[in-house]
Amino acid sequence: MSMLMTAMTALLCVAMLVAALVAIRGRSLPIAILAAGLVSLVASVLFLILASPDVAMTEAAIGSGLTTFLFFFVLGRVRGGEND
Amino acid sequence: MIKRFIAFLLLIAIGGIFATLLIGYTPDAELNLTARYYAERTAADLGSANIVTAIVVTYRGLDTLGEVTVLFLSAAIVGLVLAGGRQRTPRPRAPVGELLTTGTRLLAPLIMLLGVYVFVNGHLTPGGGFQGGAIVASGVLLLLLADPLRHFSHGLISAIESLAGVFYVAIGLLGLLLAGGFLDNRILPIGTLGDLFSAGAIPLIYSLIGLKVGAEFASMLASLSGTEEL
Amino acid sequence: MAHLAMATGFLLILVGFYGALTNRNILRMIVAFSIADTGVNIVIVAVGYMRGRSAPILDSTVSAADALARIIDPVPQALVLTAIVIGVGVTALMLAYAYKLYEKKRSLDIAKFTELKW
Repeated sequence: MSMLMTAMTALLCVAMLVAALVAIRGRSLPIAILAAGLVSLVASVLFLILASPDVAMTEAAIGSGLTTFLFFFVLGRVRGGEND
Repeated sequence: MIKRFIAFLLLIAIGGIFATLLIGYTPDAELNLTARYYAERTAADLGSANIVTAIVVTYRGLDTLGEVTVLFLSAAIVGLVLAGGRQRTPRPRAPVGELLTTGTRLLAPLIMLLGVYVFVNGHLTPGGGFQGGAIVASGVLLLLLADPLRHFSHGLISAIESLAGVFYVAIGLLGLLLAGGFLDNRILPIGTLGDLFSAGAIPLIYSLIGLKVGAEFASMLASLSGTEEL
Repeated sequence: MAHLAMATGFLLILVGFYGALTNRNILRMIVAFSIADTGVNIVIVAVGYMRGRSAPILDSTVSAADALARIIDPVPQALVLTAIVIGVGVTALMLAYAYKLYEKKRSLDIAKFTELKW
């Protein structure tokens, strides 16, 4: 059980780091924003494993949901600016 | 090129600090003094099953009032920064589609109901005013997406926001008069641990926080979606 | 497990700083900041974690009497709850200013904003 948990934690950590690298080095800005949202979403699963359901809920609802939408609202308004 | 080199140097320095912190870290085997106090006294003193909620709403209630104020200020500044400039000219847009419109009619009330459930049960289950407020705001977001030209009445949003804030402070002052101090939850009976109507004023305060946070996020989303395409 | 999560948090902070320092697009810098933000939150939550204990919520499995030996530290969780909410406020503010900057210069390249450069 504990072994399985550790393996799952390691998997989540690797997934988060890969998504973070995609977010800062990826070619297109929409993919970068989605990858940043993915980092938050995986982080909320990690919070659940770290026995913090309150934080997990906050991260999933606010960090992953609302923030991504705020980014997309602005991205939709600055057509042409994303490739600078 | 020199800029990138300096950035790397800085990162290596910060990474070194982090590595020493990580190597020197040993997890505690016992709760520390503060946590011990909260673990032992929360159930008896405040009657809240969720200790994180007890800390956020009552033990550190003044800090939460400050936090909600900071959130209000940032929502207000977003509105102020984006409102200046040209007059908005509504422009015909493509309709958003039958699926989204019908789905919104079904889902938006359910999402808002879930948000209300989350903040009313904040003292029993994981969740609370901030999470519930964010869920309510995502219901508003769905309405915004389904009908981009709908003018959200900023009057209604700001009325909810300021009324919730006024009642929040009023309950805090009542605690000062009737119980032990500002934002003390024992102005109402504590009840039995685990009931919906327990933990004194915590459900009431957290519901007000939920309404306030939901209104603030909704106004942030509304002002960002109300901007012109450049 | 706490060490693993903490190392990931520190690495996320470094990745976020690297992105914020080397990218020239303002929106990408804001994305990098939000990643560093998540990293800080993970580190703080990992500090409060204790092996073999459960979440600080009292119910039928964790009674009020044995809470002392069964729950993890609730203080870092309350702290992170605040940090996440303030984080989204700060992000919204940065995005609003990014929109305003684009409105002025029609560009999101930080190198084009030279008014305060010396």
